[in-house]
Amino acid sequence: MPADLPDSCDVAIVGGGPAGLAAAVALRKQGIASVVVLEREPQAGGIPRHCGHFPFGMREFRRLLRGPDYAARLVARAVRSGADIRTSVTVTALNLGGRLSLSTPDGIAELKAKRVLLATGVREKSRAARLIGGEKPGGVLSTGALQGMIYLKGEKPFSRPVVLGTELVAFSSLLTCRHMGIRPVAMVEPAATVTARWPARLLPKLLRIPLMLGTELTAIHGKSRVTGVDLVGPDGKTRHVEADGVIVTGGFVPESSLLKASHLAVDPASGGPDIDQFGRCSDPAYFAAGNLLRAVETAGWSWAEGRRAGRTIAYDLKTGLLAPKPGLRVALHSSALKYALPQRIAYSANSPWSAKVLQFRVTRPVNGRLSLRLDGKTLWSKPFAALPERRITLPISMLPDGREGLAEFHIQEEAQ
Amino acid sequence: MSRDGLPSGVFDVAVIGAGVIGCAIARRFTLEGARVIVIEKALDILDGASKGNSAILHTGFDAPPGSLELACIKAGYAEYLQIHERLNLPLLRSGAMVLAWTEEQEAALPALMEQARTNGIADVQALTAREARELEPGIADTLRAAFRVPREYLVDPWSAPHAYLLQAIENGAVLQRNCEVTGGIYDGVAWRLDTSLGGIEARLVVNAAGLYGDIVDERLTGRRDFHIKPRKGQFVVYDKPAARLAAHILLPVPSKTTKGIVVCRTIYGNLLVGPTAEEQEARDIAELSPKVLASLRHRGEEILPGLAGEDVTAIYAGLRPATEYKDYKIRAREGQAYITAGGIRSTGLSSALGVARYVQALAVRLGIPARTMPDPAWPRLPAMTDEGKRDWQCAGNGGIVCHCELVTRREIEQAMTGPLAPQTLGGLKRRTRVTMGRCQGFYCSADLAEMTRDRLTVGMTGSADAG
Repeated sequence: MPADLPDSCDVAIVGGGPAGLAAAVALRKQGIASVVVLEREPQAGGIPRHCGHFPFGMREFRRLLRGPDYAARLVARAVRSGADIRTSVTVTALNLGGRLSLSTPDGIAELKAKRVLLATGVREKSRAARLIGGEKPGGVLSTGALQGMIYLKGEKPFSRPVVLGTELVAFSSLLTCRHMGIRPVAMVEPAATVTARWPARLLPKLLRIPLMLGTELTAIHGKSRVTGVDLVGPDGKTRHVEADGVIVTGGFVPESSLLKASHLAVDPASGGPDIDQFGRCSDPAYFAAGNLLRAVETAGWSWAEGRRAGRTIAYDLKTGLLAPKPGLRVALHSSALKYALPQRIAYSANSPWSAKVLQFRVTRPVNGRLSLRLDGKTLWSKPFAALPERRITLPISMLPDGREGLAEFHIQEEAQ
Repeated sequence: MSRDGLPSGVFDVAVIGAGVIGCAIARRFTLEGARVIVIEKALDILDGASKGNSAILHTGFDAPPGSLELACIKAGYAEYLQIHERLNLPLLRSGAMVLAWTEEQEAALPALMEQARTNGIADVQALTAREARELEPGIADTLRAAFRVPREYLVDPWSAPHAYLLQAIENGAVLQRNCEVTGGIYDGVAWRLDTSLGGIEARLVVNAAGLYGDIVDERLTGRRDFHIKPRKGQFVVYDKPAARLAAHILLPVPSKTTKGIVVCRTIYGNLLVGPTAEEQEARDIAELSPKVLASLRHRGEEILPGLAGEDVTAIYAGLRPATEYKDYKIRAREGQAYITAGGIRSTGLSSALGVARYVQALAVRLGIPARTMPDPAWPRLPAMTDEGKRDWQCAGNGGIVCHCELVTRREIEQAMTGPLAPQTLGGLKRRTRVTMGRCQGFYCSADLAEMTRDRLTVGMTGSADAG
């Protein structure tokens, strides 16, 4: 049993990234006495720790920072606020009512918290989960692994990789490569367009990296190390490209292993917890914030969500949030809709600390109308155009107050 | 040590190949008092057929009656049950069900049950579709009938052979990796093997070269009694939440060439679907095909509809050393002090300890004496499944490095030392399970690259293909 770890606290925060650290500061500012941040890595700070590039921190610190500097400032602010940050502590189980099972370098422990905030973030979808064919040589990395190796350890895993994907993180991987003198041989995207917003696509051109759209990576070759990949382009022909590594970027999924092994309800659409407008899980001792809720938002957005969760939990402890009650459950009636948050709407948007907006994502480019149906009646319908991996929000005031049942979202797409 | 770095002197037995069969044979001969050397051409042990299988401990209920395969499976199964606790090897007593989905398959069940009884597996139980689905509510409602084989179990395909070889080494055996046997002559007393690292002398040679068994026979004896026809098997491994969907090993009614697509848990709490059976020429490449993997997912969902939407953790492909024969090809060459253990195609994990006993008995007949060790050392492997107390539950573990599989810094450090220290990341994965979980190295690659820097022959960084 670790000697100095408390066995109870007001709030335990699982995950010391932007959302968790922002929540810790907010809780302390609201006068909550014992706030413990549980971080399984040896350092707190989360993913930005190994994003050695700009732009981080505009919202939080009003200045442009690199990821590691941003992470260090988040940690410093949380420490100054009086939060108790525990690193190399892994939560191994979420139990009823806020009891956490822990593993530490000194063995196992338990922590009883009045409230728990889950902020475990996201990870990229692996090569295996994408069912990419070929052999299994070394040198196939996610952006997260690449950045950890380069920015945290100074390791150079390869020198001529292929980059798969064009989400924002793929461009981040190009900058990471550049930092280490790695020259990607191609950037490959199965879709016909670049996923990230406009200026990003200029980067490969600037770095003179061929951008291959409408192209699938079908096989990876090499025994001990990658020797090349097979690419199938828009013409349907397979061509072999020599490379010594593959960076499999994006396709983020919530890091929800703990959640899925627990008693808490999970939303299969988002892959994260099922929450109400307060970010409250199916067990009201648990709240969630940040990218665990959904894949994927910026560090700044997750930070703001964490801060809000901290203030909400403080209010819950001091005054008491409205009790859980059945209300509307958001249901997605289109394969184009990937997820919507929060999943449960039970309170007026004017209730203290209630979320004001629904967050949406789409699975593919959509152009048409979005409509809301309740009890078989269409309440409204409005023009809707969206691209995958872009933030879409809708005021919660567009949903009726005080109703129960399924709030069904439909999309009518215009013929292409 | 001789000049070329190889251990000198005449060994009693040289085992060629450090797959599960070679490891078990090395253990058996060592325990019977022989001085053993194991010669492996790859950088690490378990690099061929033993690398990728379905990790089932078979009873032999569906093996051909009267076959050598059946005898070895039964002996291997019995010995595993006897020694696994002492070596700290896991065992998941899952039981299996053979499922019939068509009229034709249903009609085949009575004969399969009869075969099981003939093979000495008397406790098979016929099940109606309803009874089967009461035991396994996740199974699709298109099931027609089934039978249960209660003593088919799940094991760890890697810690078992590691334990066999480690016990051999702790009792005096020698392992030589990265060492390919290129030829050799027998002078009537001993063999002199030519290897990529120099000469090795041994009174008896056992060929356990798996996918290269026929080639080694050719190189040493000038002829081959069988031809290896590699049969590829692809697998999809689901994340741990999927393991709730099936407690039993779910087997199909076998065809003539294959046991078919199995759905079962793994000893680590995942769920796997596979293998395919695809004939190919290459012995050293097992390519994954996105289409085949997708079809495995589809087949898995037909059997367990709840699998739809479950996350995939890993994909892999293995090669089985099939031959033109159905049965194992284990035989001694009279007058040459040479034994081949070949054609052990898909049941090697179950039969290895039995094969080892059979080979050792053949050796006695060739005049290699057995002097059973009075008090051999019994190494205990670190607990890697939730069956035992894991290191992350113990003080001084150094913190968790691989978060998905809860592998600690101390476990990795311990695996990186000792006589079986890995030479490749693949070897480290098989010893500790690092990066084998759902994130596939997203979180721990940086730490692992640092911890293994300059300690693996093929490291996690660099471009050179060492092959």
